[in-house]
This record gives sequence, structure tokens and C-alpha cells, in this order.
Amino acid sequence: MAREEAVVPKAEFRSYYGRPVIKAPIWHEPHMPLYLFLGGVSGASSMLGAGARLSGRHRLALSAEVTAALSAAAGAGLLVAELGRPERFLNMLRVFKLTSPMSVGSWILAAHSGMTGLAAGSAVTGLLPRLGTAAFAGGGVTGPLMATYTAVLVADTAVPAWHEGHRELPFLFAGSALASAGAAVMLATPPGEAGPARRAALIGATLETAAGHLMEHRLGMLAEPYREGPAGRTMRAARLLTVTGGALAALAEAAAVPSPRPRRPARARFSPLRPAPRAARPPSVPAVLRGMPAVLRELPAVLRGMPAQAVLGGVSALALAAGAVCTRFAVLRAGRASAEDPKYTVVPQRERVSARESPDPTPGPVPR
Amino acid sequence: MAERMGFFTDTSVCIGCKACEVACKEWNDVPDDGFLFRATSYDNTGGLGADTWRHVAFVEQFTRQGDSWLMASDVCKHCTHAACLDVCPTGALFRTEFDTVVVQPDVCNGCGYCVPACPYGVIDRRRDDGRAWKCTMCYDRLRGGLEPACAKACPTDSIQFGPLEELRARAGERLDTLHGAGVAEARLYGESPADGVGGDGAFFLLLDEPEVYGLPPDPVVTTRDLPRMWAFAGTAALSMAAAVALSFARRA
Ligand code: SF4
Repeated sequence: MAREEAVVPKAEFRSYYGRPVIKAPIWHEPHMPLYLFLGGVSGASSMLGAGARLSGRHRLALSAEVTAALSAAAGAGLLVAELGRPERFLNMLRVFKLTSPMSVGSWILAAHSGMTGLAAGSAVTGLLPRLGTAAFAGGGVTGPLMATYTAVLVADTAVPAWHEGHRELPFLFAGSALASAGAAVMLATPPGEAGPARRAALIGATLETAAGHLMEHRLGMLAEPYREGPAGRTMRAARLLTVTGGALAALAEAAAVPSPRPRRPARARFSPLRPAPRAARPPSVPAVLRGMPAVLRELPAVLRGMPAQAVLGGVSALALAAGAVCTRFAVLRAGRASAEDPKYTVVPQRERVSARESPDPTPGPVPR
Repeated sequence: MAERMGFFTDTSVCIGCKACEVACKEWNDVPDDGFLFRATSYDNTGGLGADTWRHVAFVEQFTRQGDSWLMASDVCKHCTHAACLDVCPTGALFRTEFDTVVVQPDVCNGCGYCVPACPYGVIDRRRDDGRAWKCTMCYDRLRGGLEPACAKACPTDSIQFGPLEELRARAGERLDTLHGAGVAEARLYGESPADGVGGDGAFFLLLDEPEVYGLPPDPVVTTRDLPRMWAFAGTAALSMAAAVALSFARRA
């Protein structure tokens, strides 16, 4: 038996020619991770919108609700484009199944995009204010569901890095949603009125970072897909961006001049056509758009003219949004990596089996 | 509902002729799955997929204890608790009167959720067609009172079709016979209703550990943990609400 010399040292797990046991998710980039991102932005924005309207911050409410509506619509578009048979997307609403996070999610998305669309439409046009208020409230309720159901969507699969992360993924997604929605609303609101968005972004960035760390810490071997290869690089980029963005948001918050909110009579109806009076006009950010060479020349002056808060807030928002996008890409990539290597399926399951029936009675092929 | 029907695939008598693969393709009009030379013994299909509903695995092992050449015809397990069916958002996947799991091609919108949900990596989306496909246990033949094409074509009766209870009893006897003849490595796979998927409608007699054939050693239906997942997501949703409330607590 000369052949046995050629035997490779036995790996710590066995497989069929190293082929994967389960099928990797077929969802595409950028559709799927961008959908997760936009769903988060939309969900958390509608919550910010509801909070802003309840506390009488009308400018903030307008930004939040328009952000929520636009991102819900864009997300829904991506979702339809991801289907193998896009023309059959309405089949999603053919049944309601609690056992299918995608079925539950389709109904949530349908309700949420309807609500946010109505609310934003009413806020922008000033039409149907009653319906707009109802939709605002509804969007505040569907928002958190919209932002967190996607964690269950990915966890409810046989993909090891997702399934075993089912405790932390909802918090990772919730944090990412708050951070990115806070960022989007910060960008769309004058800094003086963006306080709550900044604070939500800060809390979100903290939650996102903490949940990610906790997950990797608890997953043991299954943390590898989140740390290695392209997924690992994306995850590290996400961390860096999120931590940086969070720190800048904290600085911006500290730099915030305590400009008292304009007092308005309690009866006053909100109309976007009559924007709330502002204490001071923010610096000329549109100057930035006047053409690149001009921008480069004027940049120092523009920056000097802008309050630190605006600059910090802007950079922070961009970093946080980019961080949230990276987080979603990293999660998809880690899931795929964990499905494609049979190790992540076989080893944990083998450990379960041996724990049940120790000692292991089968040492491989037996001589005949 | 009719009796629960199933497959018992006794790999100890499989000769690797692939008659099942061919019969399945012919009867179900399954498209070509690519002409790939994989250099994995006699296996050029690689695994189950949208265009391979029966897959014959070949394992050549040369070890200190001796040589072995294992062959096994793999198929959709028609799980008692089927993850693919649980997670399907359109209702395209359904349970038939034979207690098998079947996709309705006229309903499937190709969302792809069943693909990573299956703990055995069985179902897949067909590229050009956009819909999910897998073994139907020849639902049309069953309704016509015929046995599935693969079982019909199998020359050694490695693939046996029949009422699941009967097959389980037969498999138990076969296992005893093999153990009595000194084939200690023989074991049943997927026959127990106590396993993570509530037992397979298509189960196997194997001559080595399941992972050697590309099968998961301890599959669990992912939806078993779903109530807990919703609870975690609900808590996360509430924390979001708390975070937003906190963000609005300051006046600025
Ligand atoms: S083996 Fe996979 S495709 Fe077949 S019934 Fe079970 S979960 Fe569905």
C-alpha cells in the first residue's frame, strides 16, 4: 500500500471534496445590502420624524419624513429588482406567513412605504394635513419594525454566520439604522435644528459598534467570516467609519450653541410653506455646489465662514452613512463566506453530535 | 390526506450507474446542468441544484484501514419541518397530500429565500429562468399512481419508494442485517422523527459519516429558533424607540 503515503494529514473535519454543504445566499450586491441600508434609514428616519413632529420641530420633521419616504421607495425598487421574476412582485402579498420573515417584511414594507409616502407628500404639499398626521404616527410605528425585521430575515436561514448571530444582528441593524438615519437627516437639516438627529446618530453608532463587537466575541469560530477576507476588510472599514463618525457627531454636539428653539403658539399649524424662523442663517453651503475649481479656491474661506458644528456634522454624517453601508455589505459577505466553506456548517454540527453521544464511536472507514 | 410517501436510499447497494439522475432529467424535463469535469471521482454534477434533482456522490477513500469506494444518490429530503416551505413568502412552496414538499412554478417569484434556508443545500434558483426548482418526488407520477422516475429506474433497488412508515421499518431490518454481517459503519441518516428537521421524507443508509457524502451531520430547521429571533428583534425595535425618545429629551 504505497498509496497511503500520499494521504494528507486528516483535517479536523471531513467533507465531500471541500464542497459547501448548504447553498450560499444568491442575493446580489449592491441590491441586497443597499436594501438593508435603505430600509434602516427609512425606518429610523420615520421615527425621528414622528419625534420631531411631537416636539414641534417642524423643519427637522420635514427632512426626516422626506428621507424616510425616499429611502423606502428606493429600497422597494431594489427589492423588486432582486427578484428572479420581478413582474411577480405582488405575489409577496398573496399570503401572510409568520414563519417567513420575508412575508412579514413585505407587509411591513408595504405599510411603511405607504405611510411615509403619504406623510411626506402631505408635509411637502401642505395637503390633507389630518391624513398626513395619521400617516406620520403610523410611520413612527412601522419604522422600528422596518429597521429590525431585516435582521430576522438574514438570521432565519441555514447560513451559519447569520443564524448563530441572531441575538446581536437585530441590535447591529438597529444601531446602523439609527446612525445612518441620523446622518441623512443631519445632512438635510440646518445644524442648529439637527440636534436630535445628531444625538440619535451618536447613540446608533455606539449601538452598532457594541453589537458588532459582542457578536464577534460570542460567535467563536463563526466570527472568522466577519474577520477574514473581503468581508473582514469591509467590516473593519465599517467600524472605522462608524467610530469616526460617532466621535465627530459627539464633537458637533459639544460645539452646539444652545440656540433656543423658536417658541410658537401651541395652536399654530405646521406648514412647510411657512418655515420656522431660524436664529441665524447657516453658512453658505450651496457655495460648495458652484463648481469644483471655485470650491477649491474658496474652500478655506467657506470653511472659515462655517460654524465648526456644520463642518463636523457634515463630515460625521458622511462617515456614519458610509459606515452603515459597509456594515450591510460586510454582513452579506460574511454570510456568503460562512456558507461557502463547509467547515462552518460541519464543525459546529459535529460538535453538537459528539456532545450528545460521547465518545465518538465511528473513526472512519473500517477494514473489510 | 393520503399516506406519507418517501424514499429510502440504501447506499450500500448503489453501483453509481446514475440511472436515477438520467431518469429524473428525462421525466421532469430538467435542463442541462453544464458539462464540467470536476476530477471528483465519477461525479461531474457536483451536488444538488436547480438543474440536478438527483445527485450521485462518489467517494474514493484510500486510508490505512483500507480502501473504500462509496456511492450515494442524494435528493431533496422532503423534511417534516421544511425550512424552504416555512420561509417561502409567496406560498409557492407547499405540502402535498403525500406529505412531500413541492414548488409551484406558476407562483414562485424568484425571491431566493428558500435557497440559503435549506439546511441541506438542495433548492436553488435557475439562472435564466429566475425561479426556484427542486425534486418534486415526481408529484405528477404519484398522483397517477406511479412511483417516482428515479426509484423506477434504479436497477439495484438502492432507491426505494413507498409509505414512509413501511420504509422506516424496512431500513431498520436492513441495518440489523448489515451490522450482523460485520458492516459496523452502516448507519441510518434522516430516519428519526426526533432529529432537527422532524425526520426526512427521504432518508438514507450510509456507510460513513454524513459529511463525507456532503450531508450536514446535524441539520436543524432554521425556523425552530424563529420565535426567539422575533423576540430579539422586538427588543431591538423597542431600544430604537427609547434611543429616539432620548435624542429628543434635550431641548436644543
Ligand atoms: S431538503 Fe431542503 S429543499 Fe428539500 S424539503 Fe428540506 S428544506 Fe426544503
